[in-house]
Amino acid sequence: MTRLPGSIENVSAMQAGLVGCHSCDLLSKIKGNDHQMLQCPRCGASLHSRKTNSIARTWALVIAAFIFYVPAMVLPITNVSSLGVSQSDTIMSGVVLFIQTGSWEIALVIFVASIIVPMMKLFILVYLLISVQQKSDKRMRDRAKLYRLTEFVGRWSMVDIYVVTILIALVNLGVIADIDAGPAAFYFAAVVIVTIFAARMFDPRLIWDEMND
Amino acid sequence: MSLIACHECDLLQQRISLPAKSKAQCGRCGAVLYRNIPNSIDRTVALSIAGLVLFICANVFPFLAFEVSGQSVQATLLSGAVALYKQGMWEVAGLVIFTCVAAPLAQILLMLYIFVPLKFNRLPYATAKAFRLLREMQNWNMIEVFMVGILVALVKLTKMAVIVPGLAMWSFMGLIIVLTAGASAIDPELVWNRFGFKKEQPGND
Ligand SMILES: [Zn+2]
Ligand SMILES: [Zn+2]
Repeated sequence: MTRLPGSIENVSAMQAGLVGCHSCDLLSKIKGNDHQMLQCPRCGASLHSRKTNSIARTWALVIAAFIFYVPAMVLPITNVSSLGVSQSDTIMSGVVLFIQTGSWEIALVIFVASIIVPMMKLFILVYLLISVQQKSDKRMRDRAKLYRLTEFVGRWSMVDIYVVTILIALVNLGVIADIDAGPAAFYFAAVVIVTIFAARMFDPRLIWDEMND
Repeated sequence: MSLIACHECDLLQQRISLPAKSKAQCGRCGAVLYRNIPNSIDRTVALSIAGLVLFICANVFPFLAFEVSGQSVQATLLSGAVALYKQGMWEVAGLVIFTCVAAPLAQILLMLYIFVPLKFNRLPYATAKAFRLLREMQNWNMIEVFMVGILVALVKLTKMAVIVPGLAMWSFMGLIIVLTAGASAIDPELVWNRFGFKKEQPGND
């Protein structure tokens, strides 16, 4: 690992009148106003000094994810019917069931992936949005790390969706029980996808812009 | 000497040449900016061919066999998604197929499409678009998460029946390793430097 020496004057590309291509890293000069659509002369990607309308769009997606999270938690994710008895489980009651049957490791995996990760991701984004809007110049490195964390952990929330898919595939082919996916599967998948797009919409360079002013 | 802007904090920095097998990090925010990967093209091509073979095995053979009261039932990777679709959950079925079948397959095919010609010093048609699509597919490929899902489902079902992991399960584990290694074998600089714009880069004079 080599840490680059950095620039002595702490100048961002935008302040130097340059924009770095997100795809191929080529630096181009900003011509005219900042919002003008430019294309990278090397690879053809569109160039933006900062993502367009990043804060408003990220807020919209974060709020949408919180709204989808409610039915995802309240509605059943699976309906199991076995020998005439049917039982509906929400994500949370599924976790409780795993604890009761002694599989606490599995309960922990599902609890972390389905409840802790999406909530943590959304609250981190809320914190980043508010701190950028308040033009905070504190703990920039920590906030940059938090942003990287949200990009890394988001995908793990899909675990429960995959578990339901595999259970349906196997159990319905057998004879012991019938398993149906409940409506929460849809809302939970929506939470995961919307939060992935929310994290992408946020521009981490905004965190550092206060330092450059 | 040329300059690079950090894609996470926009700080302008001077590029330095790296020793083999190392990566350059932003001096301010710590984001990884570029790497020096030895034999990048050969390794990428080899890993994507291995990935293609493993992908075919993972989808053709059953990944779990399920034995209950003398009956044996087999499930493939796709049969779960098909079952979801039949229950009217086509959005979720689509998402499962996209993240566990389509995205990994597209990732493998795009790696071959870009890096096989590059090995023979050629650039394929629409390289830049193909490369951006490859990056996108890497983000959506979630097979390692699916693997954890399989393990959880196994624990849940072993109480009801005898579960036998099939050939596809081992192929699937291999595919995860190969695609992870493949993604980190790719050196984007090898692609972009062939576009011949290096001299026009500001700070290059
Ligand atoms: Zn470019
Ligand atoms: Zn940086």
